[in-house]
Amino acid sequence: MIERITAKDGPFHPASAVDFLPLQQLHDLQSRRLKETVDLAYRRVPLFRSRMEKIGLEPEDIRGIEDIQLLPFTEKTDLRDTYPFGLLAVPTSEVVRLHASSGTTGKPIVVAYTREDVAVWSEVMLRSFAACGVHAGDIVQNAYGYGLFTGGLGAHYGAEALGAAVIPISGGNTERQIMVLKDFNVTVICCTPSYFCYLIEQAEKKGMDIRQLPLRVGVFGAEPWSDEMRKRIESSSCVRAFDIYGLSEIIGPGVGIECVQQAGLHLFEDHFYPEVIDPVTNEPCPDGVEGELVLTTLTKKALPMIRYRTHDITTFISEPCACGRTIRRIHRISRRSDDMMIIRGVNVFPSQVETALLAVEGTLPHYQIILSRKNGLDHLGVLVEVTPEFFSDTVSGIENLHNLLSHSLESALGIRVDVRLVEPHTLQRSEGKARRVLDQRSLGEQEAGMDGFENFCPGPNGK
Amino acid sequence: MKIKQLSLFLENQAGKLYYPCKVLADAGIDILTLSLADTQQFGILRLIVDDWEKARTVFEKAGSVVKVTEVVAVEVENRPGGLAGILEILEESRINIEYMYAFTFGRQDRAIMIFRFEDSDGAIRVLNTKGVRIVSQTDLKHHQNGREC
Repeated sequence: MIERITAKDGPFHPASAVDFLPLQQLHDLQSRRLKETVDLAYRRVPLFRSRMEKIGLEPEDIRGIEDIQLLPFTEKTDLRDTYPFGLLAVPTSEVVRLHASSGTTGKPIVVAYTREDVAVWSEVMLRSFAACGVHAGDIVQNAYGYGLFTGGLGAHYGAEALGAAVIPISGGNTERQIMVLKDFNVTVICCTPSYFCYLIEQAEKKGMDIRQLPLRVGVFGAEPWSDEMRKRIESSSCVRAFDIYGLSEIIGPGVGIECVQQAGLHLFEDHFYPEVIDPVTNEPCPDGVEGELVLTTLTKKALPMIRYRTHDITTFISEPCACGRTIRRIHRISRRSDDMMIIRGVNVFPSQVETALLAVEGTLPHYQIILSRKNGLDHLGVLVEVTPEFFSDTVSGIENLHNLLSHSLESALGIRVDVRLVEPHTLQRSEGKARRVLDQRSLGEQEAGMDGFENFCPGPNGK
Repeated sequence: MKIKQLSLFLENQAGKLYYPCKVLADAGIDILTLSLADTQQFGILRLIVDDWEKARTVFEKAGSVVKVTEVVAVEVENRPGGLAGILEILEESRINIEYMYAFTFGRQDRAIMIFRFEDSDGAIRVLNTKGVRIVSQTDLKHHQNGREC
């Protein structure tokens, strides 16, 4: 199997060997690592310890990976409630990196990494690149945003560890992206799939045929996309498009990726143990049955996550993959079990929009969230009905209201928001309430993926 | 001496102006004058009507957001320099105008300007001392009737 990949997709990287571990060996590794992780969290994270004590569970009760179902869940709100460092299992003196992402209220969610964690992250990103045929000698244009978001640096470290040349161009500035793509003989690009579609379109407008370039691999994530979109990208660019998955709470990008078979995403389960559960009963789903993905970190030191509820809905694929990897596969994330939206890699909840509107007007006006895609980038629009209390007979009065709403929303969400004031009673209501979210992003087909490592910000730095 | 103006919020879209005018027509309310302020996204329709209270009621019933504002109607001589003379008085007293629009009626030698001031009472005081004629709500009706003659 390994030879097969070597022959077809260039040199095999030794770090990928774990992808092909015999199942018993993988199982033993997971069991050992789970015990270490539970032990670490029990000793160092008060919230986790108290939850264990509440159900009368001791670290010794976890004898192997099959006992994982005994452990309590962790939710995104736990990170918020213990902001900023409450879930850390190491003193901050051992932390070498901090990232942050939007939370459910004004405060972001903070994630921390020790030196070992950064090494694990580099390793899984290396294995991600290797799985889709990237190798030393490739030139990688990394158009994910660099900064507090995990996307840019995550991809950067992985590509560098692989021995590829990384261009840390970050998000935005399409003109420069196209120039670099052409002049630097780029072979691999990392960005959102919709931004890549936009790049193709803009390159064509300049009379450039992207098919003539050496570019051959696209590592796409941070937003919903579909197989339909893949077909469109691959037929218009000669680029093979791969879906990458991750979330900052677990590590960032690199939790899983498609291999060259493009038949589901392999999860690096020697580091992140996956379960698929019924989100209502919390019982495990059999392979092939849709449920919520729950992830447990097996090697993270700074921020161990035990049974983290991703709210991403997927299914396990039980058949072995033709690539020979033994690590498990899941289908593209089809949707979410909550109302979270992923906009340019940033997580947004409708409740955040409500809080921001309330802060300005004191009462909640009727509003509607419109998600659309312009120039390859997601846009968040909010329609707000004008209320008698806030209506002014002067243009400056209404513009002032508009500015207050925009500012309140943008500072709460951390992304650009287009606010539009509309006449009263114009927003559609069902059961007296306006339909809150209208997603007009064209995903190419009904079943859309939601592969957001929350935090990827391939746009012009979120603004 | 102030008069009541109704303001309505409109989205800047084709056909949006028709609806409020239809509401007034159906209620038998006459528009004396109007002005429309527009931006790329929205417009504000300002109306002086013959029965502002009835107009407010029908708009509210129709679900519109309507605001009643007090504005000042000033008589201006219909000759070159007529308006400039008024503005000179306001400028000297540093009275700020939010917006203004014109109102014509039957008489050839007079026009009426509608002013929205930041400080209406201050403006009226200054204009009064300079002998400028301020038109009341009933005067407006009277003018209106005159036009109809």
